[in-house]
Amino acid sequence: MQTRSPHPSTPGARSGPSRRALGRGLGLAALAAAPLGLLAVPTAAGAQTGGSVNLVAYSTPKPAYTTLGADFAKTNSGAGVTVAGSFGPSGTQATSVVDGLPADVVNFSLEPDMAKLVKAGLVSSTWDKSATKGIVTDSIVSFIVRPGNPKHITSWADLVKPGVGVITPNVFSSGSAKWNIMAAYGAELALGKTSAQAQTYLSQLLHNSVAQPSSASAALQTFLSGQGDVLLDYEDDALYAKSKGEALDIVTPPQTILIENPIAVTKTAGPSAKAFVTYLLSPAGQKVWGQQGYRPVLQSVAKQFHFPQPKTLFTIDHLGGWTAVNTKFFDPQTGIVAHVEQSLGVSTASG
Amino acid sequence: MTNLDATVADLGLGPPSRDPAPAERGPGRGRSRRYSLVAPSSALAHAGVFGKKAAGPALAVTYLSLLVLLPVAALITNAFSGGWHTFWAAVTQPEAVAALELTLIAALIVAIINSIAGLAIAFVLVRDDFKGKSVVSALIDLPFALPTIVAGLTLLALYGANSPFHLDLAGTRLGIGAALLFVTLPFCVRSVQPVLAELDAEIEDAASSLGATRRQVLRRILLPSVLPAVLAGAGLAFARAVGEFGSVVLISGNIPFKTEVASSWIFSLSQSDALPAASAVSIVLVLISLLVLLGIGWARRRFDVPDTV
Amino acid sequence: MKENRWRLPLRFGVLGYLALLVVLPVGTVFYRAFQHGLGAAWHAFTAPDALHALWLTLLVAAIAVPLNTVFGVGVSIILARHRFPGAWLLDAFVDIPLALSPVVIGLALILVYGHTGWLGNWLAARGITVIFSVPGIVMASAAVSLPYVVREVLPVLQEIGTEQEQAARTLGARPFTVFRRITLPNIRRGLAYGVTLTTARVLGEFGAVAIVSGAIAGKTQTLTLFISNSIDNLDPQSAYVGAVALCLSALIVLLFLTMTDRNREAWHGKAAA
Repeated sequence: MQTRSPHPSTPGARSGPSRRALGRGLGLAALAAAPLGLLAVPTAAGAQTGGSVNLVAYSTPKPAYTTLGADFAKTNSGAGVTVAGSFGPSGTQATSVVDGLPADVVNFSLEPDMAKLVKAGLVSSTWDKSATKGIVTDSIVSFIVRPGNPKHITSWADLVKPGVGVITPNVFSSGSAKWNIMAAYGAELALGKTSAQAQTYLSQLLHNSVAQPSSASAALQTFLSGQGDVLLDYEDDALYAKSKGEALDIVTPPQTILIENPIAVTKTAGPSAKAFVTYLLSPAGQKVWGQQGYRPVLQSVAKQFHFPQPKTLFTIDHLGGWTAVNTKFFDPQTGIVAHVEQSLGVSTASG
Repeated sequence: MTNLDATVADLGLGPPSRDPAPAERGPGRGRSRRYSLVAPSSALAHAGVFGKKAAGPALAVTYLSLLVLLPVAALITNAFSGGWHTFWAAVTQPEAVAALELTLIAALIVAIINSIAGLAIAFVLVRDDFKGKSVVSALIDLPFALPTIVAGLTLLALYGANSPFHLDLAGTRLGIGAALLFVTLPFCVRSVQPVLAELDAEIEDAASSLGATRRQVLRRILLPSVLPAVLAGAGLAFARAVGEFGSVVLISGNIPFKTEVASSWIFSLSQSDALPAASAVSIVLVLISLLVLLGIGWARRRFDVPDTV
Repeated sequence: MKENRWRLPLRFGVLGYLALLVVLPVGTVFYRAFQHGLGAAWHAFTAPDALHALWLTLLVAAIAVPLNTVFGVGVSIILARHRFPGAWLLDAFVDIPLALSPVVIGLALILVYGHTGWLGNWLAARGITVIFSVPGIVMASAAVSLPYVVREVLPVLQEIGTEQEQAARTLGARPFTVFRRITLPNIRRGLAYGVTLTTARVLGEFGAVAIVSGAIAGKTQTLTLFISNSIDNLDPQSAYVGAVALCLSALIVLLFLTMTDRNREAWHGKAAA
């Protein structure tokens, strides 16, 4: 096909293309700039008034906070205050706050996530110097089994029997999983095993795992879908599921770890946020926590509830504290669990 | 009317001139191949919509940069922030290697299976006719609109331990395959369907009437015409499968070295404050997928045979 | 026109595959949404958090999809009609989001736009928050769905060639007229499907948005995040109702774009013999 001269033959058309292109360019630019207009929409930070508290928490306590927020609004100090909650995996939430997620009150599943915020200068380093050492609720690691406990799982030794399918979340993506592993490890130590033997136990436990979902809630869903015989989970999570009518039974292990969930106000928080935390730690607030399945930290309130008492209850401090444990056990490249998974995997990778 | 006549009439300009129209292009074949054969300068002058050469491309590149290029650059920088040594350690870690292997092989197999299935489905949708066909057709896009977590949950319910079909795929590689097949099906069908629809059945009829067997018609006429589209669909399916997380992770059981896919391992790394390692493994995954996509693209061009009619 | 003996087996084979792989899962979602009756489903649907999530999702789609459409058509034209060094590179770059897991895209966006990120730092100093607010969600959604329009339109542009456009140009038509009267009608089918894909992708996006949004209920929680949250809180009713809402939105878009008489041919060819 013959090509004509590239210049349009009609007079005056020469300015046409540039006008049109300019028009389109402006149109594009306007479209592209439109999202910036949304910045005018009050975001959580922008709409901040004294009557709003930004809560960033791990995923489990969301139902609890619905009740707690409503009850707080009925108190004097909480009148007219709304609590806007963001819930998600504990580690992600902590990182998000560092990355700019607006937060006045932060409540995580385990202490290292709080440490991230301290390191970033968002939370005061004296957060854990309060009467409750910065902890708002306790719980324990429990076994969740099928109704009636058909496989008679009552101890940690039962978990490593052949034919028992264990579900525990993946330790590298789930805070709950870390509690589970340390509960297992600590239980073995409490039974008099050496640390080498305890590590062997971890290897057997993971060998028996039929699933290691990426989060505690995914693990619960997996268990409820019919897979596995026992799920390792927070007691409060199990109690909540049971209250929702899910088909499961809860077995309290004879030895287990005390789960302590930290809470703090950020440095930029206003008086409403501090009042909210005070409420959460008050007898009234702690009672609500107890009703939701969490073990209150206030002894006076804890007595009102009848949570099962394991024979041996230890804390993470008995095992060296989270900072040391996190590196020693859970570093994804050099940690003990990584090595365990690797040696398990290398032998089964071909399968 | 020839194409040119149609063009002229469409524009409402002048009387149609009898231009000896190019030999009929056959099923969807254009005269020009990949990139315009017109010399650059006149191509730019014929610059379609973007008369002022720089405005359009500049905007496009800016948009692309803000959304894709900058983040990827940040990812690369982050991956090497600990030096080459850390990068290599993260990439060669056995769990990472296992996850990458599993992901790539699964994606490949699924792309192949769904390419064949997609072709068959498209064939039925285009050439066959039965009650409810449009309903079926509309359904095909739904896996794509379904959020991956819902897909995962549903697949777990249907094909997991409590499956009504007594088909326990939970915690197995087959389960991964099922999830990936589910989410990639729309690509494979929709890439082929329009091409198939546009194919001129007359050529096949002509061939048949000239004595070609059904198989010959399939092999010599039909398949070569749709092969580029099938490959395009396969490429999209592969890429989607490689990055899939939500729908796979529930039914797979996420067991390291057995059913843990790359995106799950990357997620775990990012949650364990090992962001550079997560970036490193992501980079490797992207590179390999891009290579496969480029390869498929090359194969497409190679199979796009010019008209012989 | 197919040999009769292949027609039925093929049809049933295909329908069987689709039944197992698509109909059943999607059907299950619908079933579970309405399992406890229309009233319960409606109640779940009209909860404030659910409605806000739906509104936010549609808003994000209403911004991200046109953006990607304009970008997609523009880049397709650039790639199909021009020749310049590095064209293949642009093509590859556009494909990158396809090869990236949504989780990775979210992480990468935070690396750039988070408070400690490359641009985020600079933006935060000026009081602009992109991440953890709606703009961030729009960006993440646009990023993950970027390639689809290009992928659908570019091959069509390459196939149809430039004769018509060149003819129009030599006859004096301005570029925009050429685009509107020649190019656009020719790419309409590919464009329609590209837009459908983009919309469906944006509606269903979870991974990347989960990371960049902060998932603040009632503020930055999209429908997919709301669904995920509902599952976490053992409220499957809300989750499945939300999923149904998403499917219906996608279906509406699909219907709107492709089910006109003219385009019916695009999918089903001329009347099957």
